[in-house]
Amino acid sequence: MQKSLHIDPGKCTGCLQCESACSLENEGLFNPAKSRIKVFTFHEEGRFVPYTCTQCDEAWCMQACPVDAITLNPENGSKDVNADVCVGCKVCTIACPFGTINYNASTGKVVKCDLCGGDPQCAESCPTGAITYIDSDATGLDKMRAWASKTDNAGA
Amino acid sequence: MAWTRKLLRVNLTNGTVAEEGLNMGWANDYLGQRGLATRYLVDEIDPQCDPLGPDNKLIMATGPLTGTNASTAGRYSVICKSPLTGAVACSNSGGFIGAEMKMAGWDMVIFEGKAASPVYLHIVDGVAKLEPADDLWGKSVWEADKALHAKFQDPQTRIALVGRSAEQGCLYAAVVNDLHRAAGRSGVGTVMASKNLKAVAIRGTQGVGNIEDPKKFMETVKAGKAVLAENAVTGQGLPTYGTQVLMNVINEVGALPTRNMREVQFEGASKVSGEAMHEPRKSDGKKNLTTNGACFSCTIACGRISTIDRTHFSVKDKPEYWINSGGLEYEAAWALGPDTGVDDMDALTYANFLCNEDGMDPISFGSTVAAAMELYEIGAITDSHTGGMELKFGSAEALCWAAEKVAKGEGFGKDLGLGSKKLCEKYGHPELSMTVKGQEFPAYDPRGMQGMGLAYATSNRGACHLRGYTAASEILGIPEKTDPLHTEGKPGLVKAFQDATAAVDSSGLCVFTTFAWTLDDIAPQVDAACEGDWSPDRMLEVGERIWNMERDFNMKAGIAASEDTLPKRLLSESANSGPAKDRVCDLDKMLPEYYAARGWSSDGSITSETRQKFNLPG
Ligand code: SF4
Ligand code: SF4
Repeated sequence: MQKSLHIDPGKCTGCLQCESACSLENEGLFNPAKSRIKVFTFHEEGRFVPYTCTQCDEAWCMQACPVDAITLNPENGSKDVNADVCVGCKVCTIACPFGTINYNASTGKVVKCDLCGGDPQCAESCPTGAITYIDSDATGLDKMRAWASKTDNAGA
Repeated sequence: MAWTRKLLRVNLTNGTVAEEGLNMGWANDYLGQRGLATRYLVDEIDPQCDPLGPDNKLIMATGPLTGTNASTAGRYSVICKSPLTGAVACSNSGGFIGAEMKMAGWDMVIFEGKAASPVYLHIVDGVAKLEPADDLWGKSVWEADKALHAKFQDPQTRIALVGRSAEQGCLYAAVVNDLHRAAGRSGVGTVMASKNLKAVAIRGTQGVGNIEDPKKFMETVKAGKAVLAENAVTGQGLPTYGTQVLMNVINEVGALPTRNMREVQFEGASKVSGEAMHEPRKSDGKKNLTTNGACFSCTIACGRISTIDRTHFSVKDKPEYWINSGGLEYEAAWALGPDTGVDDMDALTYANFLCNEDGMDPISFGSTVAAAMELYEIGAITDSHTGGMELKFGSAEALCWAAEKVAKGEGFGKDLGLGSKKLCEKYGHPELSMTVKGQEFPAYDPRGMQGMGLAYATSNRGACHLRGYTAASEILGIPEKTDPLHTEGKPGLVKAFQDATAAVDSSGLCVFTTFAWTLDDIAPQVDAACEGDWSPDRMLEVGERIWNMERDFNMKAGIAASEDTLPKRLLSESANSGPAKDRVCDLDKMLPEYYAARGWSSDGSITSETRQKFNLPG
């Protein structure tokens, strides 16, 4: 079964546990500034929205890369950057419509979410269930259930 | 390790910034944040100095866990001598700026002197600069925050500011960070403004590492999170209702101070409760509460994000307030509501927005308005003072008007900005001020909660619930239930809470964790992060050392032990309803035993043995 990160912004409290976990996994430090997942706060609207790479099947970044530094991880479907190959040209960051692949000036390479090799730490650390790692084919199930529960069959 | 071992010293008089190594000997004795910064303050200022003069210093300090992924590890404190009380001030805030300071590589920032004209401090990792802030002076916290973010073009910069109330000398002004989190009490914002320091903006990208035993740290942090998630208060009560979960509970036990503490139960409590924040309102079907929000790293998320009803008189012509922002938490809701007799949730939320927007401590503000209402009722304050506003108990209009006036320091707002004690003195009725050592009470009436009476009377920063929250035991049964109406055992309980809290306030963690955590949960996290052995006993010892050091500072500042008392009203006018009916606070039954438990003389002074035991400075 292929799994995907599933994000439900309505549950997010903006605590940044996910950003800390991501940076710890990838950089060895608690450092939200270097997190691949970002939580956006829309304060005046009272909304917190976590955002990260959705691992497109036909990934724009992967297709755009002139040196084939981005490859498909067949185990979990993530598109991974091979830092040894990346030349830091940033074409992928232009190609990605979502902005979820970014240049890291201190290394001269790009970084993106790689699902932590199949055990995404953001989902693991999220206290509210705003980020889960679930069956890719059923990411809509919760929403369906929520709507289904509102269906009034009393009169049927 | 966990400390960055670096502090930034900012001399505002000379306009210089300098890096300094952290005194690790002190860190071993005082841990961080509240304890460590107070140690620096005690070392560096004359306790008798003018709190609003250049000789006072202002310290912003993180704890060793701040910035890590331990639950709630985002706290920082602002420490100085208080202009409201003359005692040591130490106000704790969440939000994100504490973690950001740590990510930038600093354990604390010490401000000294006074700038010739308004400035702000801009820290980007290791680089710190003082910049002119003339264009920000006269702006509210919200306006100045917006202007700075626009200037930096960086939404990730975290900013702490003072508002117009502080600039105008309101004695209970707060330092507000991240728009709606505040180092709220004792006028730390007033001190910041007195130094012509408008804001501190921080961007930290270096991260927090230096964990002594990373594997053990992750295990203890994970275990701690599980305890919080499974606990009824931290796992359900606080996320759902915030601290407002208490409004109805405290009213029922007859300990909800009402109308300047004349009464102990409020007939309108349910209308301004956490439950009411969840009820759809008539005009637009929306709830007061939009969602809950967390501080950095917090898995509890007690924060309230709220809106005001657009049709409400306070905002109907002011679309700028048709937004979501920080909503009511219990202490604020109490001071703005029951204590002033106002039961209009939207008026309370509006006043609370203004407290955030211009940096007033809502507890002191609400309590001062309550005192003014009583002064108005007896004719000591008249329409000629207020310019015609009828300052009546229960008047939502008066409450909103007062908040607008204090926010801008206009007209009668100047008097209200003095705080309850000086206001009541000015109008000839000092007995009507519900304060200890000049600081206004929070939301627990000592007649219905005896332990809180002792905690208020002996608190080192004046009346305060966060210095020794025996309500946890007396009402919620944490760690075990004691009878709120009995005095037996309370001295020991107060001391235990005071010492443990001082340690938690020095760690970088939020004291709300202690609804679920004991030092047995906290010490292992500190121990794994920091070098050396941090057992629960050592944490307690550190807490007790901090308590004694604060007390010692206060005594040197001229605050006598005779000020370990409560207003006459609470000692001699008995409660008129509820379970505490006919009770007063029996402080005299508890105080001698408390002094003895502290190892102090019967006159409340610190004995030389106790000084030696804790190796107190000076
Ligand atoms: S950990 Fe979960 S609740 Fe916290 S910010 Fe990330 S997505 Fe939101
Ligand atoms: S419990 Fe509340 S105040 Fe404490 S850190 Fe969490 S959200 Fe902030």
